[in-house]
Amino acid sequence: MSIDSIFVHKMWNDNELSKMVSGGVPFPMLSDAGGKVGTIYGVYDEDSGVETRGRFLIDPDGVIQGYEVLTPPVGRNVNETLRQIQAFQLVRESKGTEATPSGWRPGKMTLKPGPDLVGRVWEVWKTNMAFD
Amino acid sequence: MGEELKVGCARPTGGPVGEKPEDQTEAKKGNIIVKEEKPMIHVGKKAPDFIAPAYHKGKFISVKLSEYLGKWVVLCFYPGDFTFV
Repeated sequence: MSIDSIFVHKMWNDNELSKMVSGGVPFPMLSDAGGKVGTIYGVYDEDSGVETRGRFLIDPDGVIQGYEVLTPPVGRNVNETLRQIQAFQLVRESKGTEATPSGWRPGKMTLKPGPDLVGRVWEVWKTNMAFD
Repeated sequence: MGEELKVGCARPTGGPVGEKPEDQTEAKKGNIIVKEEKPMIHVGKKAPDFIAPAYHKGKFISVKLSEYLGKWVVLCFYPGDFTFV
């Protein structure tokens, strides 16, 4: 979503993005002329009249599970977004019985919060697991 | 998702996804909505619903966030077309 019109979205997709991604952008490119939607999401910058790099993860119940907002010069890490979605999906499927500690990726160990784990995280989760 | 375009500008519906918009009749004075639109973003809380025009696979459509209930959604804002994302 940006403040550009749907006509500009079409030109960008058809003339440039479709040369980067086969078939063009697979998802809807939303137009928010005037920044009304960006304003309620807290990402519309009135001074410059554009929207900052906001990214919101919304679950199947419509609940915001996480977000990230960057100023325009720095791009996002798409892999980190995908990792967070995978983590939230795992937690949701486990109905909250599992949690994903720092550094978790698909296939890595999860934690099962409960009385037995209190004060014993250090035994099962090592600091280097946050970085590997 | 989304029907072929019959939508004006993008606009919030005035409530969270999956719930009826707040009654704004009291907030209206003439045609001017007095009520301020302030950010309603909190993790763990429902996302503000909205309707917006969109370009999708060669068509102009209208998208409403609440139509995506039941799916995971990544909502991305960016400064402008022809920049990186």
